[in-house]
Order: sequence, then C-alpha cells, then structure tokens
Amino acid sequence: MPAWLDTHLVSLLNGLAIGFLLFILAVGLSLVFGMMDVLNLAHGVLFLTGGYMCWSIAGERPTWPGFLAALAVAGGVGALAGGGLSLATERLARRSHLDQALLTLGVALIAADALSAAFGDDVHSVNPPPGLDGSVLLFGKAYPVYRLSLIAIGAVLAAAVHLVVERTSLGAVVRATVADRQMVSAVGVDDRKVKAIVFGLGSLLASTAGVLGAPIYGARPGLDASVLILALVVVVIGGLGSVRGALVGALVIGQIETLGRALLSNLASFVLFGALALVLVVRPHGLFGDSTGTRS
Amino acid sequence: MSLAARARWPALALLAALALAAAPLLLGPFAVTTLTRILVFALLALSLDLLVGITGLPSLGHGAYFGVGAYAAGWVAIHATPSGPVTLAVAIAAGGLVAAAAGSVAVRARGVFFLMLTLAIGEIVEQLAESWHSVTGGSNGLYGIPAARLGGAALIDDALYWYVLAVFIAGFAVVACVAASPFGHTLRGIRDNEPRMRALGYRVYHFKLAAFVGSGALAGLAGGLFAAQQRLVTPADLGLATSIPALLAVTIGGEGSLWGPCLGAAAVVLIRDYLGSSLGGHGSLVLGLLFVVVVFALPGGLARVGLARRRGPA
Repeated sequence: MPAWLDTHLVSLLNGLAIGFLLFILAVGLSLVFGMMDVLNLAHGVLFLTGGYMCWSIAGERPTWPGFLAALAVAGGVGALAGGGLSLATERLARRSHLDQALLTLGVALIAADALSAAFGDDVHSVNPPPGLDGSVLLFGKAYPVYRLSLIAIGAVLAAAVHLVVERTSLGAVVRATVADRQMVSAVGVDDRKVKAIVFGLGSLLASTAGVLGAPIYGARPGLDASVLILALVVVVIGGLGSVRGALVGALVIGQIETLGRALLSNLASFVLFGALALVLVVRPHGLFGDSTGTRS
Repeated sequence: MSLAARARWPALALLAALALAAAPLLLGPFAVTTLTRILVFALLALSLDLLVGITGLPSLGHGAYFGVGAYAAGWVAIHATPSGPVTLAVAIAAGGLVAAAAGSVAVRARGVFFLMLTLAIGEIVEQLAESWHSVTGGSNGLYGIPAARLGGAALIDDALYWYVLAVFIAGFAVVACVAASPFGHTLRGIRDNEPRMRALGYRVYHFKLAAFVGSGALAGLAGGLFAAQQRLVTPADLGLATSIPALLAVTIGGEGSLWGPCLGAAAVVLIRDYLGSSLGGHGSLVLGLLFVVVVFALPGGLARVGLARRRGPA
C-alpha cells in the first residue's frame, strides 16, 4: 500500500462515515427544498434532537434495546415535527418563500433554546452500543467498528432512499413534483399531501441521523447550526431535489471535513468555500441539479 | 408617496437627528450606552436592507462582513493606530473586500437559494475567525482594543455616542441617496423582475455584485463602530448570533423602507437585551418567537403597517 494511503487511511474512512451520515441528514432537506422551494432551517435542530434523545433514552453507555428505542422514538418525533412544519409553512403558501424560511428559522431558535434549557449547556457524549464499541485492525491500524458500521448503515439507507424515489409510485410523484409542481397538481395529485409526507420522512431521517451520529458528535448546543451548514453545502453542491446529488455532495463534503482538515488543518474552511464556489461557477444548479429545480 | 409627505420627509429626519443628538443631555449613562448599541446595530440593519429590501437578496450571513470590519478595525487599533477615521476606513475596505469575494459566488443565486448560500459562507467565515489564532485570537477573540481617538481625544461615553451618531447619519444619508438614485431604481427593477431587466440590457450580475459589495462595506463600517464601542470582538460576532437578529430587524421593520429596519433594530436590541436577560438568558427563544409572530401577524413589517394606515382601508 502506498505510504500516502497508509497515513491517511483513517481520515479517508472517517470521511466516508461522516459522508454517509451527512447524506442521511441532507437528503430530506434537498427533496423538500427541490419540491416545494421550502428551505427548512430547522433541519439542524432535528438532528440535535436525535442526539439528545439518544443520550436521554439510551444513556452514556447504551444497550441495544436502549439504542433501538432511541432510534424509534427519535424517528417518530422527527416525523411528527416534519408534518407539523409542513402544515405551518403551508399556511404561508401564498406568501414569499422567504417568509416560510424565516418561520422555520424561528421554530429552530425556539427548539434550540428549549433543548438547551432541558439538557443544559454541557457536551453529552454517547458510547456506541455494545459489540460496536471496540476497534478492528485494518491494514495494521486500529479503527473503530462503529464508524465502519455507520458506513454500512449509510450505504443501506442510501440504497433504500434511492429505491423509494426511483422505483415506487410515491417516488415518481416526488420526482414529478421536483420537475414541475404545477403540472402535478393539475393532474389531480394533492401536492400538499405529498409535501407533508416528504417533509415527515425527511425529518425522520434527520433525527435518525442525530441518533446514529451521537456516538461520534455527541450532543451539545451549537451542533445544530454546524450540521445545518454542512447539509446546506451538500445540497448546493449536489443540486436541489436530487438523491444522487445529495449522496455525491455528502461524500465530497465528508472527505473535505476529515481528509481536508488532516492535510490542511486551518485551511479546510477555505476548501469548503472553494468547493462551493467552484461548483456554483461551473454548474450553477449543482452537480446533479436540473435548472428547473431552482426557480425560487 | 404624496407631495406633502415628500416635503415632510427632510423635516422629520432633521427632527429625529436633533432629538438623537440631544439624547445624552437628558438620559443617564446606561441609556446612552444602549442607544449607542442601537445605532451601531441599526447601521448594520440598514446595510442589510440595501440588500434584502432594495435588491431583493435575503442574506442570512451578513454578520460576516460586520465581523470582518470589527476585527479589521480592532486589529488596526491595537497594532497600528487607534485613530477613528483610519480604523473606520480599514473596516469599510475589509468588509467590502470580503463581500466582493463572497458576493462573486453568492449573487449567482436568487431568493431562498441565496439565503442558503450566504448562510453557509457566513458560517465558513466564522470558522475561519475561530481557527486563525495569530490574527483573530481564536475563540478568545480580539481583546484590549484601545478607545478610538479623534483629534487627540479618546472617544468614550457621550463623545463616543456623538461619534457613532455622526457616522450613522452619514451612513443613512448614503443609503438614502443610493436608494433614490438611478442605480437604486435599477436595483429595485432587478428585485421586481430580473428577466425583464436582463432583457432591457442591464448587466444584472454586476449590479447585484455592486449592491452586495456596497452593503458589505457598510456592514464593515458598522463593525468598525462596534469594535470602538465594545473594545472586544469574538467569533460569535461574525456568525448567526449577529446575522439572525440583523435579518429579524429588517423583517420587523419592513424590507425596503429605510426607517423601518432602524426601528426594527431598536426593537431587537431592546427585546433581546432586556427581555432576554430578564427571562434568564433565553434571548434566542425571544428572537424565535418574534420571527414566528412577525411572519404570521406582521407581513411586510412595521413600514407596511404605516403605509396601510396612510392609504386607508383597502
């Protein structure tokens, strides 16, 4: 194995794990934005809620039942919250998209304040569930099992989302709505219902990502904003409303966040901006975006 | 606007300026400090209004240019000269330069997409301020900034207030002139119908970039004043903690009117600092509730309410 790969293998794998986590987080944001032009700025708070749920339900050293219960509860809460946000923004449907984004921003601020009131300002860390908390030897280096399993879970979820969007009738309606919303409602599909379902599912994925990410990121105030930014950059790079774009964008940002920081440390923020700028200059609608998707 | 209202404008503005100038003679030191903070923040809101209200580009990363101006002014005051005009000139240049770099990417987008891009860029600038220890002092921030000096005298308390007020009035006048100029009308045209402006032969990208840079320079100026007053700049001043209240001030006040965002800024500072601290530090809760209330109950902001009343019931 070349020396370079030997030194940076850990960063590469970390990037892959974080990339898949980002995909789970960002795909809902991308679909809702691409379909309805609703930018959900509460998406980061949903992730953080998942993290806190993992800590409070499963504890610092979760058992398998605890961890699975946290996943289920967080998923349910996420889906409900998403449905609620969909209803709330629907009331503003006749107004500008900016008003809808500002509403989700207000909700995000309120929710973040409630979380920090409930859980304090401390950093809560969570261990991986038993069996996944050790490390394995990978080409002579110890690597945490949990991150490897995160790569596997992320790949499975990505495949599942891809299948749902590309192969089911709900997915067909979603893709059609991304392409031409007016035509979809003209042929008699209730686009509000589609929006509520996609909003709910996307939010479910976001809070699930929060639980899955808890053993890596923990839960702390301010985490909501930093993951929201990463998700936004993923969506911009990948293109609105594209599952493939969200996957590619997430994997690229995952590498920038880990390999970039390992190689360039302080300059990684510049690289993040550079990637954003490069994509926007070369392909203004993102790598996989369709020009019709960015009417806003 | 009717002719009578047009004639009333300069008189009202003059009256407001005189009242503000006389404030330290009537108010205690604490109130004057609060008023200084309001003026600094109002200048930031005004710079954002140039972008949001007049050009139609909603930015959620305007704290970045404000913060860059504050860091630049603070750094010059510590390492070179605390002269007021010099630090402010540096703050304007720094804000404008960073805005030019960010804007050349961001103004390619419109609407909510623009909001999202400016948010991402603003956060990247904040991360940079946190990691660039040698210049910014990292997460401790830039502290020990000397008081700004003007003609040999240190600007503190009432003198600082009048200095900030003078700069604010100058900034307000510049924005008012820009808004009334052909350039301002072009920006409004782009806001209302960009494809038509493009078809008419306007180079939309250049106009939007110019508005972004001007707005960033003005935000930098506000940041320079902030550094002179606070004498401490931290990474939080570049981030969402500044950008969100600034956008809220513009939204409360009503995008596009100039006095609306200034009133909005006053409301945000008073509510966040007094109500927020009396509720035990739940400032962000108050800001969030305000966003929800304004979006549902006050579309168009205070300025729209005033306008509707003047026009009578529809």
